[in-house]
Amino acid sequence: MPTSSDTRWQCFMRNSTQREKNYTELNMASCSRTQVISLYRMLVKESKKFSSYNYRTYALRRVKDGFRENLHVDNPKTLDMLINQARENLAVIKRQVSIGHLYSAQRTVVEKEPHL
Amino acid sequence: MMNRTLSRKLLGSMCGISNPRLSFAQSAVNTVRELEKDEPRPLYMDFQATTPMDPRVLDAMLPYQVNYYGNPHSRTHAYGWESESAMEKARKQVADLIGADPREIVFTSGATESNNMSIKQLEETIRPDTSLVSIMTVNNEIGVKQPIKEIGHLCRSKNVFFHTDAAQAVGKIPINVNDWKVDLMSISGHKLYGPKGIGALYLRRRPRIRIEPLQSGGGQERGLRSGTVPTPLAVGLGAACEIAQQELEYDHKHVTVLANRLVQKIMAAIPDVVLNGDPDQRYPGCVNLSFAYVEGESLLMALKDVALSSGSACTSASLEPSYVLRAIGTDEDLAHSSIRFGIGRFTTEDEVDYTVEKCVQQVKRLREMSPLWEMVQEGIDIKSIKWTQH
Repeated sequence: MPTSSDTRWQCFMRNSTQREKNYTELNMASCSRTQVISLYRMLVKESKKFSSYNYRTYALRRVKDGFRENLHVDNPKTLDMLINQARENLAVIKRQVSIGHLYSAQRTVVEKEPHL
Repeated sequence: MMNRTLSRKLLGSMCGISNPRLSFAQSAVNTVRELEKDEPRPLYMDFQATTPMDPRVLDAMLPYQVNYYGNPHSRTHAYGWESESAMEKARKQVADLIGADPREIVFTSGATESNNMSIKQLEETIRPDTSLVSIMTVNNEIGVKQPIKEIGHLCRSKNVFFHTDAAQAVGKIPINVNDWKVDLMSISGHKLYGPKGIGALYLRRRPRIRIEPLQSGGGQERGLRSGTVPTPLAVGLGAACEIAQQELEYDHKHVTVLANRLVQKIMAAIPDVVLNGDPDQRYPGCVNLSFAYVEGESLLMALKDVALSSGSACTSASLEPSYVLRAIGTDEDLAHSSIRFGIGRFTTEDEVDYTVEKCVQQVKRLREMSPLWEMVQEGIDIKSIKWTQH
């Protein structure tokens, strides 16, 4: 339910002039608030699966900082580009996580318990 | 004159002195060995020696190791064309990072080859009255940045060629070869989260720099460096450069925060620690500290849970103190006690805290064993002692 507090997440869907312009753009990168949040959640979930301590911590930190940095982006074109970038990064993370599992090594001294 | 217990204690706090009666010294030495099966790995703080590949770099390279394996110089089929296209894309990514034109980039096997290409052959092909200036952009041992822009302008005004080895600088500080008036620049892949075995040489086109090739063969890379360009490695270098350009500011901020944390926490906990190198003109990720009254090698061995180095990896085989520290006028005994902490993109706050804790603990322990430290605590001026010879 859109509230006054999410005016920061200006959405393609709520912008009626954009919607009239090009209907085909809808299927690719429609930026609803819930979609962005679900993308963020998926990125975090996948990043946690890295077996390498350093890659895992970097991915989590970079995803969080990246989303925080772009919190106030309004321009729908920029939002589309950022969302596509995030989707590509999600694919990279998934692949690299698998490779990491195939070639995993022991944990580092600074990890408290074995990574599951 | 020192009595027997004092001399035994003195020898015990130094590493590398072999004496079968001194089991104390032997227990302090960690012999070179591989990790055991389930033994936890030390945390990595040696980013100047080499860097882990960024997962995004490996992801870019893999297709060229698996299916797209064509020779980029093959002109007659799709395997060659797709490989060449990837190589040229990588060339552009490297050029963009340093503000150059892609035609000015030659792929080499690393910064060492690039350095040799620049220096060895250039001198012989130009007039005897011109010369070449070669400076390291960021020093690999103490992290100091050289005033490259000023040197570049000076060389240009005097018609002298200017080469810089930017291996430790590329991707870490902003570089523009035109602003800096650099004529040749060496780039190393594995120093910026890219693969090992690849580098590049930047060769200015206007005014044209002519060099004679080090290796001759099939005429690849415009005759300057024959040999098939390894597409997967070139793609990796390109991806690493593109990522570095995007992440430069973010990484720099992260590394600065962590480096300050490391230095401040160590200095607050133990006295007589010196940061080597200029405090302002430096790359923060390379922290070189000297711990007085502690021998560097024994501290390294004691910190077995942290992958560190004293001095540079390329000179780590010799036991001599770092030539860099000697050159900046560090005392001989402080030069022997220097450790280089390398912080990078993947370093975490927890790793820094762990390193600080272990370092402080081991320095205190080693100082306890040191008779020099005892003497200092008693107020004796070490420099005024006349050591007798045996």
